[in-house]
Amino acid sequence: MKSIEELKKIREETLKNINLRKEDNEHAVRVVVGMATCGIAAGARPVLAACLEEVQKRNLPDVAVTQTGCIGVCRLEPIVEVFAPGEEKVTYVKMTPEKARRVIAEHVVNKQVVTEYTIGAAE
Amino acid sequence: MKELSLHILDIAMNSVKAGASLVEIGLEEAGGTLTLTVADNGRGMEPEFLASVADPFTTTRTTRKVGMGIPLLKLAAEQAGGAFSIESAPGEGTALTASFQTGHLDNPPLGDMAATLVSLIQGSPGIDFTYTHTAGGGVSSLDTRELRAALDGVPLDTPDVLAWIQNSIEEEERGLSQ
Ligand SMILES: Nc1ncnc2c1ncn2[C@@H]1O[C@H](COP(=O)(O)OP(=O)(O)O)[C@@H](O)[C@H]1O
Ligand SMILES: [Mg+2]
Repeated sequence: MKSIEELKKIREETLKNINLRKEDNEHAVRVVVGMATCGIAAGARPVLAACLEEVQKRNLPDVAVTQTGCIGVCRLEPIVEVFAPGEEKVTYVKMTPEKARRVIAEHVVNKQVVTEYTIGAAE
Repeated sequence: MKELSLHILDIAMNSVKAGASLVEIGLEEAGGTLTLTVADNGRGMEPEFLASVADPFTTTRTTRKVGMGIPLLKLAAEQAGGAFSIESAPGEGTALTASFQTGHLDNPPLGDMAATLVSLIQGSPGIDFTYTHTAGGGVSSLDTRELRAALDGVPLDTPDVLAWIQNSIEEEERGLSQ
């Protein structure tokens, strides 16, 4: 393992800028990535990484990225679901890291559903 | 699956689902063979269930839905001239071993182990994971128990911590392949 000293520095920095925990926040948007076998095989790992990276880069403390098991439609994986307060769940299918970044920018940040990537558009 | 690291992510998720508090991932490269081990202290499996878990289609199946994760890993190992075995007992956890002939045409590349570990830790920051990859006298490793101790209350899924893990593993894996 790399130097643990660096981790201690990260700890100090994190404690300085501590945010409200996302899970406790009723305004939180949840971005859920399907990570069962078909999802992983279809490319869910880089999709998850792109979601995490985009949320961190844009500094969105009210957005929680989480993982779930099988969402149910293997041929449409990778699948990402967005749960925003007061909105219906939106299911995005056949995701890629690029599409995921666009969903974070347009839907999660600007509240505009990216219709062309939704399950409705794919069916 | 295109990479062994994707199988590892999928297989370690089984341990998470089985309620494990510790998941130990090992990779050992020696004499043209790569041996993967994944061991957990989760709820384990009953013997009859265990007997069919790697071959869901050849064994008389009862009511359960067929999972593909373990059969796919077994197939990948066998296609690369290797072998697969799994041991498990209720209440005692599960340990699985898959070997691969690294020179074999169908041997899958290892791929991005850092991304696999980061995905696991981000998804289950309360569980401990260890990773030990040995090759050519070198070692690449991670133990979340040590990270947890150094972080003293700061969660493992903090973005900067995940970035540190990604970089740390990438660097150590690069060191191994040199
Ligand atoms: N480490 C484990 N501990 C306990 N049970 C396990 C473990 N790995 C697999 N299983 C059991 O075997 C089943 C089949 O696993 P798998 O082939 O990965 O497919 P899936 O995870 O999609 O069900 C799981 O649903 C679970 O019941
Ligand atoms: Mg599985």
